Amino acid sequence: MQTQGLVYILLFPLIGTFINGFLSFFRNDLKTYFKKNFQWSAEKFSYTTNRISAIVGVLAVTLSFLCGVWYFFELLNLSSENALSYTLLRWIHTGALDLEFSFYFDHLSSIMVLVVTGVGSLIHLYSVGYMHGDPGVSRYFAYLNLFIVAMLMLVLGNNLLVMFIGWEGVGLVSYLLISFWYSDIDKAKAGKKAFIVNRMGDVGFVLGALLLFALFNTMNFSELTQSIEQSAVPVGYITCAALLLFFGACGKSAQIPLYVWLPDAMAGPTPVSALIHAATMVTAGVYMVVRLSPLYFAAPYAMNVIAIIGAATALFAATIGLVQKDIKKILAYSTISQLGFMFLACGVGAPIAAIFHLVTHAFFKACLFLGAGSVIHGMGGEQDITRMGGLKHKMPVTFWTFLIAILAISGFPPFSGFMSKDEILVAAFGTEYGSMALGIIAVIAALFTSLYMFRLFYLTFLGDNRSGHKVYEHVHESPGAMTSVLIILAGLAMIGGFIGIPHLFSFLAFPNLIEEWLEPVVISFPLTRHGETLSPLIMLVSVGMAFLGLLIAYIFYGRKNTYAENLRSLFQTTYQLLWHKYFVDEIYHKLIVRPLYFISERILFNTIEKGGIDWSVDFAGRFSKTISRKSLKLQQGDIQYYLLYMIIGLIIMSVVILWWVQ
Amino acid sequence: MIPIDFLVMVSLTLFLLGATTVLVRRNILVMLMGLELMLNAAVLLFIVYSRVHANLTGHFFALFIFVVAAIEVGLIIAIILNLFKQKRSLLTSSYTSMKE
Repeated sequence: MQTQGLVYILLFPLIGTFINGFLSFFRNDLKTYFKKNFQWSAEKFSYTTNRISAIVGVLAVTLSFLCGVWYFFELLNLSSENALSYTLLRWIHTGALDLEFSFYFDHLSSIMVLVVTGVGSLIHLYSVGYMHGDPGVSRYFAYLNLFIVAMLMLVLGNNLLVMFIGWEGVGLVSYLLISFWYSDIDKAKAGKKAFIVNRMGDVGFVLGALLLFALFNTMNFSELTQSIEQSAVPVGYITCAALLLFFGACGKSAQIPLYVWLPDAMAGPTPVSALIHAATMVTAGVYMVVRLSPLYFAAPYAMNVIAIIGAATALFAATIGLVQKDIKKILAYSTISQLGFMFLACGVGAPIAAIFHLVTHAFFKACLFLGAGSVIHGMGGEQDITRMGGLKHKMPVTFWTFLIAILAISGFPPFSGFMSKDEILVAAFGTEYGSMALGIIAVIAALFTSLYMFRLFYLTFLGDNRSGHKVYEHVHESPGAMTSVLIILAGLAMIGGFIGIPHLFSFLAFPNLIEEWLEPVVISFPLTRHGETLSPLIMLVSVGMAFLGLLIAYIFYGRKNTYAENLRSLFQTTYQLLWHKYFVDEIYHKLIVRPLYFISERILFNTIEKGGIDWSVDFAGRFSKTISRKSLKLQQGDIQYYLLYMIIGLIIMSVVILWWVQ
Repeated sequence: MIPIDFLVMVSLTLFLLGATTVLVRRNILVMLMGLELMLNAAVLLFIVYSRVHANLTGHFFALFIFVVAAIEVGLIIAIILNLFKQKRSLLTSSYTSMKE
């Protein structure tokens, strides 16, 4: 079968990157060229290039998506065990290491490809409206296309090293896009922070990959799976490799302890936050853990660590989200929390639920972020929800789509988030690796999710407007390119859950599509009997939590009262703790950043660099300079001195020669 | 017959006188004179040893040296004239523009 076309999935965005990169890089040269030869004005030039960039950018990803759909159907026709793979080139071939640069399109990566390119093309389309009039449109689309290339390489790579290229690539593009408006020092700093924190995780990834190579002599995923099942490597080594790789996932997917970069990453343009920092890139860690799930199943201790960190992150980030005021920050903490849910699912042995939640999360979180972008756009750059309110009438499309996405994330049936979150909760309570404690933490996190989302909703869209008359008058609905995308994503958030209908409803004869689809490549642990009996109760609790969150939010924020202020003054300490995000940034600053600066500035720079290396190099220079300055005196141009030296030299030489001869 | 030692001593004295003149005097013409003295000391030594060894090689050398010295003086005088034209001085201390 022809699998050569798998390359096209990557090729189209790559071409888009080059075209947009060319337009961006040679912008000034092109401008003068067109001005000279075609008498184009500056406005006409920037209008045309922006148009070209937008069309190329959107088209590249859409074509890539269509390729993905084509191969998805090809895969559908194959028997379930098969996968499509295409070897681009024999990459590294040295002794023990024999790596191919090849793409592997199986059931798992097909879902990721469809999500990345599908949501990606919608967000590209939205960006056309959002970035309208920005001077850096070409640069923006070049980065965005490059992101798609890197992300696809991450999900399509058939060994850890190809995945690592994509892994680093998305990290790089994330950095470039967070600090897209680099003239603002805070945004540039946020990009730097994201890049550096991710580097720490990447060290874990590389070490884990190398350890796996040392243990099993291969980096190929399918070969790894086989050798893990057959080999007798001590479980300690496997646990170590699994934890190192998970540390990498913590960096990329913003889990405790490396989550601090994600809230700051909201400095980038909002579509970027939606695409990279909510829907796709941050789920790369989840994808990697699911891809390597045989490895994790062989290391029960690592599974427990993942489950605990996932649950802790889900709850921790949700509590911070309760009090934040910046609309994008709330969504960022919500993303961290939802990623925690996904890791919890991985850790309790339900990777399929993790992937399911990944997909639905991509839909509703992208919709939420883009809705937030629409709100920010309409409010003229305002991001503080305490200064919004009453936007319902001004922005009806944004309002309704946002509401649907909120219902989805909070877990109201039958929206998509309900289906996937319920599956995770059931697994947290009911599998071999799950426990009552993990389940309860997840349920509380679900309650908080509903609570902060409806708080955001009430403060933003309902109630009285608090932005002042002048701003409110100018609030307007976003252009069609943006709202149409919102409508599509809201639709997906509404019905996306039906690909994984819970087993409780199996009497309705609807198949659980995603589970059937992933069954051949990903193994999930079955529920224990205890879990089976509990699952109807868990579903009730889950729905109850969603309603409870809505109710509490309504009581505090839905009506005109001062309950919220009263509560805040009552629990001042707690509020301060949450408002300052548990002081984690400050603690990291004190414990890690400051000592690092101290070591690198005082010890390494001032003492070793300046006192040792620089000094010795300077000394060599100074020494020869002094010597030459001193010896310069000998050469004063007076011929008689030269003669004198010559004669002295002759005398010395004669004496020496006579001496030696005798 | 004058003893060889005396003649060698005369030659050496002439040479040292010439060298001292070259080193000590500042006038470039006088230095040239010193140079000629040194040359003549060498020629004298050639002739002395020619007699000691009783062959004519030394004499021929002396004649060659006279010829070469005559040409050399012509050259040097030309150079000195040019120098004087440039600097309006015969002192070596004014010819130091090539230092550093």
